[in-house]
Amino acid sequence: MIGTWQKEWFGNIRGDILAGLVVALALIPEAIAFSIIAGVDPKVGLYASFCICVIMAFIGGRPGQISAATGAMALLMVTLVRDHGLEYLLVATILTGAIQLIFGLLKLGSLMRFVSRSVVTGFVNALAILIFMAQLPELTNVTWHVYALTAAGLGIIYGLPYLTKAVPSPLISIILITAVVLYLGIDVRTVGDMGELPDSLPVFLWPNVPLNVETLMIVLPYAFPLAIVGLLESMMTQTIVDDLTDTKSDRNKECRGQGIANIGAGFMGGMAGCAMIGQSVINVKSGGRGRLSMFVAGTALILMVVFLSDWVSKIPMAALVAVMIMVSIGTFSWQSIKDLKTHPMSTNIVMIATVVVVVWTHNLALGVFVGVLLAAIFFAAKVGNYMHISSTVEKDGQHRTYKVIGQVFFTSSEKFVESFDFKESLAKVTIDLDRAHFWDITSVAALDKVVLKFRREGAEVEVVGMNKATATVVDKFGVSDKPDAIDRLMGH
Amino acid sequence: MTQHTIACIDGSALSDTVADYAAWSAKRMNTPLVLLNVLDDARQADTSDFSGQIGMDERQRLLAEIIDLEERRAKLARQQGHMFLEAAQKHIANDFAEPLLRQRHGDLVDTLVELENETRLLVIGRQGKRGNGIGQHIGHQVERVIRALHRPTWVVTGEFREPQKIMIAYDHSATAKKAVDMVANSPLFRGIPVHVVMVAAETNDHQAQLDSAAAKLQENGFAVTTALLAGEVEDSLLTYAAEQQMDAMIMGAYGHSRIREFFVGSHTNKLLRSTKIPLLLLR
Repeated sequence: MIGTWQKEWFGNIRGDILAGLVVALALIPEAIAFSIIAGVDPKVGLYASFCICVIMAFIGGRPGQISAATGAMALLMVTLVRDHGLEYLLVATILTGAIQLIFGLLKLGSLMRFVSRSVVTGFVNALAILIFMAQLPELTNVTWHVYALTAAGLGIIYGLPYLTKAVPSPLISIILITAVVLYLGIDVRTVGDMGELPDSLPVFLWPNVPLNVETLMIVLPYAFPLAIVGLLESMMTQTIVDDLTDTKSDRNKECRGQGIANIGAGFMGGMAGCAMIGQSVINVKSGGRGRLSMFVAGTALILMVVFLSDWVSKIPMAALVAVMIMVSIGTFSWQSIKDLKTHPMSTNIVMIATVVVVVWTHNLALGVFVGVLLAAIFFAAKVGNYMHISSTVEKDGQHRTYKVIGQVFFTSSEKFVESFDFKESLAKVTIDLDRAHFWDITSVAALDKVVLKFRREGAEVEVVGMNKATATVVDKFGVSDKPDAIDRLMGH
Repeated sequence: MTQHTIACIDGSALSDTVADYAAWSAKRMNTPLVLLNVLDDARQADTSDFSGQIGMDERQRLLAEIIDLEERRAKLARQQGHMFLEAAQKHIANDFAEPLLRQRHGDLVDTLVELENETRLLVIGRQGKRGNGIGQHIGHQVERVIRALHRPTWVVTGEFREPQKIMIAYDHSATAKKAVDMVANSPLFRGIPVHVVMVAAETNDHQAQLDSAAAKLQENGFAVTTALLAGEVEDSLLTYAAEQQMDAMIMGAYGHSRIREFFVGSHTNKLLRSTKIPLLLLR
């Protein structure tokens, strides 16, 4: 116990501190940008990023994974903030955390296995597109200065790493663009124009709303998708970090951690957040592996913002937009476009449907729901094809034996019924189910129907192997429970 | 499961000593001998990239880069570890033919815990590969290993000296009684004179406790000497070991709670730090 704790916190001190600082610098523009997406003061996103990052450092399930205020969550809050204001957002954040905590306690983290790879790809692509689209208001109806500054910002971000990888290029980009704007006195919008920045550390505050059913009804429709999207992105990020570091981590612990972190953020005046794919990649890339890097990132972020708030408010929005365009480009899975040619059509449809639904509704939860549903339907359709019925007849033409092989369930039941020739006049029909599996009530009903039809034609019907074939109908039949179950299932 | 004597070989200055004691023990107990090398730090790929920038398909690119780095590092570590094992094998070639050579990936303590079921006796050096100096400190992993494992563990130091005379540090606790039982019933020390040493006030009670332990050993054919010493526990034991030219000390380890140890310190750690002879620790 103590050994693990020590390893997770202090196993990689130098790497974690450096990576934590890099992440803190990268988090500041993102937290500000996501606050602006949500329609709240930058300080809401910055407080959230601090609280979530630090709380997750202690109780998160995945060391080395960065959690803070995110775009995916911010996009879901827009109408709540617009219609009801910040206080209701704080209540929604606390409720989101409570829902996530319950999910974690119920161990629903394992439900993630129903989210297929193509849905995950669709999710990140949609997220990237939405982050990019959220920057467009800053780039419309503005003077040419903004375009020039944004282009210069992007140039520095992508160009500097060719010269040196010792300093974060987005930071240098922001500093240089801000310096140029201040020096030349160009009149462009700055972070300070977008709302209040933090001037102190966050304090514990009970949101100023009436605690009644009405409030609950207002925030619940927001809290629920927020909870789902937060967990989805966190679980996806967790998989990515697991892969990058070749280690395993606890999904349910992560769910509980996200929940508690959001509850904490809500009480500290922050908006709901979750794990961040881009930041976690940056963290690992900079050498962060342990809990210490999350802690350093959170505390460095809040200290820098509080003490440098005068300077932060002078950052032109154009510099921020450049960083966010980088984030959106880095989040998008460009490989998935190349893969469209080689992947099966059903997979592509799932991915694209997820993207389309999200971009259309701005709701990542809906997109994932549609994606998972489509993937399940495609799978059912495919497996339904794995059924074959052959038959042999005795020499006298009076006794026919049908042999059923494969999976019989709702998608293949109709085909099952159609495979029998009821017009043939027979004295006896044998239906051999020894190598078939009946998965649900629909398939059992179909078998009943076939038996009745033959009887009405005057044939005597014998069903062979019924017990084995219907064993799968019983829900309690758990393949994983008994080691030989899988053999029994496949072997007969 | 077959019970092995497992020797932890890490290429440090003590590796030869570890192999010697392991070979000696395995031969006496007639167990197979495993020379084990644990590759515990291959997973530290450091890309040293603080650019904080994420480009197109950064995830895949970074994953490929890390895998590549780790692959190269792991290959080197594996080859190096194998050389350590071969060196140890060569060192004991005259005493023990055909030890099993094994390499495992992962944390040392985790690996030893996984192998616990097939471990009869474990042999480790007092200092690991990061502590090659002649200081008094103990390897940072040694304490974790001893606490995590419930198998007799040799913690060796210095050069190998075939045990001619051994002592049991006895305090009439449950662990101490078990230690006496183990020595009495195991072939490991059969035929070697044993001193049972107790640091306590000179009372009849204590003498009786000491005698009961001695009797058990005598029943099993050991030549036993007893000693009841006054004074501070560690110092008395170490002084006795030096004066009587003991070749090994057997004792129960970490008998007290962690909280007590935090305030009073642990006898085991103090002895580990100062001993000049190998300790056989029993939990």
